[in-house]
Amino acid sequence: MAKNSAKDIEVTAFATHQVITQPNPLRKVLRRVEDKDMDDPVARAEQALASLSGEFGDWMATEVGRLSAAYVAIRNDGFTKERRDELFRAAHDIKGDAATFGFPAAAGVAESLCRVIEHAPDLEKVPAELFTHHINAILAIVHENTRLDSISVSAELSRRLRKVADDYLAQVNRDRPEHLEAILAPSIVPAE
Amino acid sequence: MFRIDFNKLRFLVCDDNPHMRRILRTLLHSFGAREVYEAEDGATALEMYSHYVPDIVITDWAMPIFDGLELAQMIRQPESKGNPYAPIIMLTGHSEKRRVTVARDAGVTEFLAKPISAKGLYQRILNVVANPRPFIKTKTYFGPDRRRNTNSAYMGPERRVGEKHEVLQQPSLLDKARSSI
Repeated sequence: MAKNSAKDIEVTAFATHQVITQPNPLRKVLRRVEDKDMDDPVARAEQALASLSGEFGDWMATEVGRLSAAYVAIRNDGFTKERRDELFRAAHDIKGDAATFGFPAAAGVAESLCRVIEHAPDLEKVPAELFTHHINAILAIVHENTRLDSISVSAELSRRLRKVADDYLAQVNRDRPEHLEAILAPSIVPAE
Repeated sequence: MFRIDFNKLRFLVCDDNPHMRRILRTLLHSFGAREVYEAEDGATALEMYSHYVPDIVITDWAMPIFDGLELAQMIRQPESKGNPYAPIIMLTGHSEKRRVTVARDAGVTEFLAKPISAKGLYQRILNVVANPRPFIKTKTYFGPDRRRNTNSAYMGPERRVGEKHEVLQQPSLLDKARSSI
């Protein structure tokens, strides 16, 4: 359905570019409805997501196990491109998923770890403690998440680790302006 | 008010993380979609793209071997036999502005930063369904128009040549200051 036939596609040529227009191939899925007949698909989806939430704890444990395994492989056998990429993807998945799974502080720590992996000029020279503190913090946040008094501690832990990591990255990238700019640039995700 | 008939849309979801695929599938089904195809890497997604001809592609960025950015670039081949125009929504944990620019330059239609929300996903889908942008082809780019706002007053060096407003050379501030002395 998504593709129009070639005769529907109109190409207007300019000196440096072409503008290609076509009738909206998805127009048939749009339907005008009265307000009273409008259900709320977003509310329906949020409800469906909530019904999945009983599994989020197990999913998070799986993600954390993957991150730990990726780092154990590096600690035992050193960095290779494959091991570095696996560590980055494991941390990156936690950065993206943890807030959805109910562990926002773990997402913050994972983001900090991603920044270290992405912007450290030589991963072999990164102090091992910087990796272990991040990974242990994520483990602790996930294991202690059900305790109400641990939530503010988790957030504080996340903030402090980010500060330590950012200070380290600013120091080792002082001669790499493009990395410094990326490290200092604000996130496009609004703060909570 | 407009409503999307999700049951008439075919989705292709590409993410190496099975938990995220499950979440996306749950959200899309609860919106009303019936046809949701899933791939766990870019190469499989490209095969499925040719085979199932989805209306909308939702892809992660960071994946092993063949990532979401490469998938977008492979889909946006103007001479391909497949459909190079399908909307691509990039759903990613990357949250830096420069990443948005890179995704945009690869032909991505919409960018959605994780953590995912039902509202954010619905709005991106509504946008690609209801407000498709024309495609632009240059020597170095093929994809949806990267300019979302029409500013007829813009006269700067990035205005495309050949439109109503040709590029006007503006004197620099330094030149203006010199000429005023």
